[in-house]
Amino acid sequence: MGHVMTSVSATILEAEFAAQASVIPRPVRTEPAPVRWALITIALSFLSLFIVLPLISVFQQAFSRGWEVYVAALVEPDAWHAIQLTLTASAISLVLNVAFGLVAAWSIAKFEFRGKGFLLTLIDLPFSVSPVVVGLVFVLLFGAQGFFGYWFIDNGYKIIFALPGIVLATVFVTFPFVARELIPLMQEQGTAEEEAAITLGASGWQTFLKVTLPNIKWALLYGVLLCNARAMGEFGAVSVVSGHIRGETNTMPLHVEILYNEYQFAAAFAVASLLALLALVTLILKSILEYRLAEDHKR
Amino acid sequence: MKIDVNAVSKTFGTFRALDNINLNIKSGELISLLGPSGSGKTSLLRIIAGLEWPDSGDIRFDGEDALSLTVKERDVGFVFQHYALFRHLTVADNIAFGLRVRPRKVRKPEFAIRQKVEELLNLVQIASLADRYPSQLSGGQRQRVALARALAIEPRVLLLDEPFGALDAKVRKDLRRWLRGLHNELHVTSILVTHDQEEALEVSDRVVVMGHGKIEQVGTPSDVYDSPASAFVHDFIGESVALPITVENGVARVGERKLSINADGISGAARLFVRPHDIEIAQPGLSAIEGQVLAVRRFGPIHRVDISVPVDGGRTTIEASVPAGQEPKIGETLGLIPERYRVFAA
Repeated sequence: MGHVMTSVSATILEAEFAAQASVIPRPVRTEPAPVRWALITIALSFLSLFIVLPLISVFQQAFSRGWEVYVAALVEPDAWHAIQLTLTASAISLVLNVAFGLVAAWSIAKFEFRGKGFLLTLIDLPFSVSPVVVGLVFVLLFGAQGFFGYWFIDNGYKIIFALPGIVLATVFVTFPFVARELIPLMQEQGTAEEEAAITLGASGWQTFLKVTLPNIKWALLYGVLLCNARAMGEFGAVSVVSGHIRGETNTMPLHVEILYNEYQFAAAFAVASLLALLALVTLILKSILEYRLAEDHKR
Repeated sequence: MKIDVNAVSKTFGTFRALDNINLNIKSGELISLLGPSGSGKTSLLRIIAGLEWPDSGDIRFDGEDALSLTVKERDVGFVFQHYALFRHLTVADNIAFGLRVRPRKVRKPEFAIRQKVEELLNLVQIASLADRYPSQLSGGQRQRVALARALAIEPRVLLLDEPFGALDAKVRKDLRRWLRGLHNELHVTSILVTHDQEEALEVSDRVVVMGHGKIEQVGTPSDVYDSPASAFVHDFIGESVALPITVENGVARVGERKLSINADGISGAARLFVRPHDIEIAQPGLSAIEGQVLAVRRFGPIHRVDISVPVDGGRTTIEASVPAGQEPKIGETLGLIPERYRVFAA
């Protein structure tokens, strides 16, 4: 809050200073116009080349053989199953990661304990480990020859090449998102409001629902959004643990790859266009949430 | 409500925040915990509130063991230095918070809560701000909201942790006088933590001076100002001049010269404490303490005079107050007579 105010007053000061310093107000710029235009052009062309063009081509390819082929590719049983599986796996991992993210952020931001720095590093681990390695680790742990594999298989639970394995891999890859969004915000907000609520007679649960949650709701949603986008799009880790069984353990990204390898380009791009659409929706929601977060921050 | 603090100690790691604190707070009084930062005053307040636990000792509310009660059960109103208002709630909802979180059985009906909020808004004189959010208020207004919110639950004791610390000088002066007026109306037992002696001396019935986790003195504002119990209190409260002296067989000396002061019960190295306005300026030769004028500064109706005085092993600079118009010249030699003083062993 403080630094926002400072920067506002600084801007006012600068404006006043500028008005006094020169009779003709002139915006302060350091680079000459050609340099500015060159920089803007480079940035824009880079963006179009690497982001806008591919996005357009995904949709162009998806509809290249007409609307009917597009719809047929999506309602085809294996594709439909892949969509359902993706939605299920990401929904489960989302719930788990929101719970984990809240607990981790709460303990890091509001308590002092040994090993706090270590926990913070651990939370970032999925960002630095290749998803394929993650998949392999889960196969090692839960596969037929794995560490826990015997027990689960003996008791009739299938982890690898089944939904639980896919969920495990997705959870691992996406767990930093919610926690990472919440930690800095909760640290900044401190514990004073929670303490105030408790002295006013609120229970722990009431304090969480009526004080903590409203204060972090936009950041939480933001984390959920990023987490969801990543969960639905996860390829590497899921690819290793799923076993690519068509109509059973194929998620959308895996299904796209299979179709592509079978030269069914229109179908592959049709499924891919759903993922691209998800990315676009995410982008729009993200901008809205960022705006809300900034508004909240001004308070 | 009467509060008894018995033999309370608390350490944070190796830091001894509170060292065997004993304190009896009378029902209905406004008492200040005054001390520099790190003196343990806030820790003591938070232990009374139940936001922290002591390592040993006990706290009694009207004789009842308070440590066995949770924060919720203690019925304390706590006002935080940085207000801690709920930023997503309006002023009215902030004040109503404590009433709305009560269990359904003991909760007042909504119209009664609204009525109570209105009363409190009037009491703290911010009725027109009911629908604003905390971010739309000034610091002084925020602290009024925080106070109304704490009073809403009709607490048995009001705990104020540096409530005016984040406000500018003019506002804090107005607000503390207003708080004193409010206390005279409500008579709720109140504990005010502050590092601002002016604030403590002006509003409290009694002042508890704390330093290094210990209580240095408990007394009325006049007691602690006029009869400081220790060098720490003399130094901390009001302005002080400290002169190193030595006492042998009841005779005090400053440097080589004999000092005609009463130093009963003290032997060896000691310090003579005087308030600047209790130092009388005299002709040289009439007093044991003599010094050269180093600087003269004007402060409103008086002059502050820095005087360099020879003491054991060197010189020390002391500051005296002289009425305007009688100021000495720089370099002049003056005699100094301490009219009121205290001697503490060094």
